[in-house]
Amino acid sequence: MNHSRSRRNPTREPDFPTAKPPSPGGSSGGGAGAAMRLIVPLQGVVQGRGGLILGSVIPGALYYFFQLYLKRCRSAKPNSNPPSPSSSSAQLADLSRSSSRSNLSSRGSVGPVRVSARANSIAKPNASPYYIGLERASEDPYDRFDNPDGIMQLGLSENRLSLDLIETWILENLERSMIGGADGNLNISGIATYQPLDGMMEMKIAVAGFMSQVMGTTVSFDPSRLVLTSGATPAIETLCFCLADQGNAFLVPTPYYPGFDRDMKWRTGVELIPVHCRSSDNFALSVTALDQAFNQARKRGQRVRGILISNPSNPIGNMLNKETLYSLLDFAREKNIHIISDEIFAGSTYGSEEFVSMAEILESEDFDKDRVHIIYGLSKDLSLPGFRVGVIYSFNTSVLAAAKKLARFSSVSAPTQRILISMLSDTRFIQRYIETTRERIQKMYVAFAAGLKQLGIECTKSSAGLYCWADMSGLIRPYNEKGELELWDKLLKIGKINVTPGSACHCIEPGWFRCCFTMLAEEDIPVVIKRIQRVVET
Amino acid sequence: MKMLSRKATFNSHGQDSEYFLGWEEYEKNAYHEVENPSGIIQMGLAENQLSFDLLESWLAQNPDAAGFKRDGESIFRELALFQDYHGLPAFKKALVEFMSEIRGNKVSFDQNKLVLTAGATSANETLMFCLANPGEAFLLPTPYYPGFDRDLKWRTGVEIVPIQCSSSNGFQITESALEEAYQQAQKRSLKVKGVLITNPSNPLGTTTSRDELNLLVNFITAKGIHLISDEIYSGTVFDSPGFVSIMEVLMDRNYMNTEVWKRVHIVYSLSKDLGLPGFRVGAIYSNDVAVVSAATKMSSFGLVSSQTQYLLSVMLSDKKFTKNYVSENQKRLKQRHQMLISGLQNTGIDCLKSNAGLFCWVDMRHLLSSNTFEAEMELWKKILYDVRLNISPGSSCHCTEPGWFRVCFANMSEDTLNLALQRIKAFVDSSTTTNNNQSRHQSNKNQRRKSFTKWVFRLSFRDREASER
Repeated sequence: MNHSRSRRNPTREPDFPTAKPPSPGGSSGGGAGAAMRLIVPLQGVVQGRGGLILGSVIPGALYYFFQLYLKRCRSAKPNSNPPSPSSSSAQLADLSRSSSRSNLSSRGSVGPVRVSARANSIAKPNASPYYIGLERASEDPYDRFDNPDGIMQLGLSENRLSLDLIETWILENLERSMIGGADGNLNISGIATYQPLDGMMEMKIAVAGFMSQVMGTTVSFDPSRLVLTSGATPAIETLCFCLADQGNAFLVPTPYYPGFDRDMKWRTGVELIPVHCRSSDNFALSVTALDQAFNQARKRGQRVRGILISNPSNPIGNMLNKETLYSLLDFAREKNIHIISDEIFAGSTYGSEEFVSMAEILESEDFDKDRVHIIYGLSKDLSLPGFRVGVIYSFNTSVLAAAKKLARFSSVSAPTQRILISMLSDTRFIQRYIETTRERIQKMYVAFAAGLKQLGIECTKSSAGLYCWADMSGLIRPYNEKGELELWDKLLKIGKINVTPGSACHCIEPGWFRCCFTMLAEEDIPVVIKRIQRVVET
Repeated sequence: MKMLSRKATFNSHGQDSEYFLGWEEYEKNAYHEVENPSGIIQMGLAENQLSFDLLESWLAQNPDAAGFKRDGESIFRELALFQDYHGLPAFKKALVEFMSEIRGNKVSFDQNKLVLTAGATSANETLMFCLANPGEAFLLPTPYYPGFDRDLKWRTGVEIVPIQCSSSNGFQITESALEEAYQQAQKRSLKVKGVLITNPSNPLGTTTSRDELNLLVNFITAKGIHLISDEIYSGTVFDSPGFVSIMEVLMDRNYMNTEVWKRVHIVYSLSKDLGLPGFRVGAIYSNDVAVVSAATKMSSFGLVSSQTQYLLSVMLSDKKFTKNYVSENQKRLKQRHQMLISGLQNTGIDCLKSNAGLFCWVDMRHLLSSNTFEAEMELWKKILYDVRLNISPGSSCHCTEPGWFRVCFANMSEDTLNLALQRIKAFVDSSTTTNNNQSRHQSNKNQRRKSFTKWVFRLSFRDREASER
């Protein structure tokens, strides 16, 4: 039961029955309804001589006593005193509204009253096909031998191609690495006791070294500028807390990783403004589009705090070149905003292109470094999502100071740090691992893209990531999001493969799908292609 | 050019309180038996180092647990890829059974109601996010763990309103204190969402009595609010009266499956009971499906490493080991505790009678130059810089009476503890001689100043809180 960087809905989780927040109009206002049903006919009955007075006083009095009864049942709240009885029907309407609200709290058994508004929205089952697909695939996972008719998982960007290398290293080096002290004796205090909550210095040094190695040693990372977190998920949330207040926004080029909608918005109250990229430009990021989005936001009164880019891009798999990075920096400086560069796939490259990190640009130029922050992690490049290691790398000392303190809510487990310090320091092994994994990813990419091409499905030219961005727009009918989701559904139910539809990634053009191929074995590729073919031909 | 968020720029993290300044001083001049024998001894860290040998021998005898092997087979792949926010089932099962064992098996827990988090710090914050909206409040009995000011309030926007407890009844929670706190919150226009207690208490080191627990259940029933019971020290109870969990009290009152039952949540961790704070393992236990659901998803921001989960699942399933560890550990804590209180008694310093935890709540009121928090700070600084001991002043724990200090005893060797006691004795002996001469002179002045400074302090305390909002 595995996940990508984003969480998915478990099967066992019951649907939260009362996820709707209580509506002030009293949709469930039993009390209000009953009151009205009593009052209106009463007023009719006492129409006539003195009827107007009687007709108001009687229901008014009844209502007063009704409110008194409710007040006794309800838990005391000083601001919500029931309004005094009156004869105007307009105020009766107000009374009925507050009566229904008090009904809700006096019942005491309604879900929304017990938990916070934040928890309410989070507890709701997620309707995105991204999560639904992940869940379905995990319920009936494909296995070449044990479950050949199961669902093939192409919606999770996980790299399983080179785990064997890591496994071998661990089995050969573990004892020495985990708690073996210099004298060979077990020394648990190194892992049991409280460690710096933003990561041990040795771990930071090892991770900084790994980042440099994995990005081609063209740039070096300073360990003192790292804050370690339990995965890239908390890293990005922590950065949001540091850079933005509730209601502020980040510009995010589309299509983007569906998990950002949760990770960045859930608890921070931050907004994401999509900046659409198109296939005509190969989904390249344009500063003009950013500028437009920024100005529109300003007109709406929304404060933009920064841009979030993923480089290499998820879900496209392309990389930003130096010129684009420079223009991004210029734009950020002009608008006085931050740049968050999510570089978690930096080591998973397979083309001839070299990856260029934001850090590399800043090293070589005299740019305003305070506004650039990098996210990294070991879940993709080192295939260890279970170990929970993420990185915030920043040139801004204030951000680092705040992030360090926030890291206490998401610290990396000490025994895990110990093992990784050992492994990452074995630079020869790491070099071999990086090269091997690149070869394997490339092999899979070539085979998979070729297989899709045979079916007439083209992929965007990509050189990194664990997936391809496939154009199935010719296969959808109608040519819109509905058509796309129908195809996604067919692929899942009939083809028994789970892929991520572009709409889940906020792609503005329908028909694109992200297909991850690094969870498969080479032998599985023809099976996938055949299954897609089956669906395509129906 | 304001580049950072408000949360990052203001000091609402509470990191500037004395509690943390003492730590900084310690870092600069840490005691070391050989290399720095005159350095500051850390007595402000509630860490348990007394039973490492037990853990080490278990690890040595169970290499497969740390070696990613199950029944001799490598399960590395499975663990490397495991990031399910529901947690490793084998680990959750072992953990709830361990929790039950600590409660004498009087209560049993359902692993599906347990949410794993990266430490109790993360668990407490997550529960706040789940139960309260920004601007709402939780009531906490004083004195309380200084870290709560940061963990419960910082990112959540939730407020803390103190339930004032006093030494007159051993700092127990009373009905009137609860009501007062509730009224205080109302005066401040804060909607109270619940009460949070730490049982056993940090910093008092006492288990919460059955009477207090019943009082709390009555209170939350009447007000329709939540109760969070932070029970991370439940396994460190070394003396009578034994530990009574809130769950036990609910069971005794036949509250299972009632509305109140769903509003009681437990926070747990292996940092204190098992002495493994570095592992970052915490948990939320709740009978409310919505809370479990929301907390589970929020745990994405603080998952426990799969390697750690597996290792602990094997360790906690070894019931022989856990039983022995818990009882042996409690024995050692009791002995250390005794060492500290008798050493202090020899110096004429009393401690609050306690039966749990990794610290004592020490009464140094008689050493204050005046019954004020300024005097407490003065004394604390003297103890930090002259006596070279880092202890936690009561004011950092929001204690209403000056002169109380939390002193930890489980994070050092016996020799170091002895040295610390010697240093205290020397300090008290030397200062008593000088004080005796001055005290008669001071006492008249003090009476008049007492009520004035109390008032002043309360004002400044409120201001501090306001700036932290």
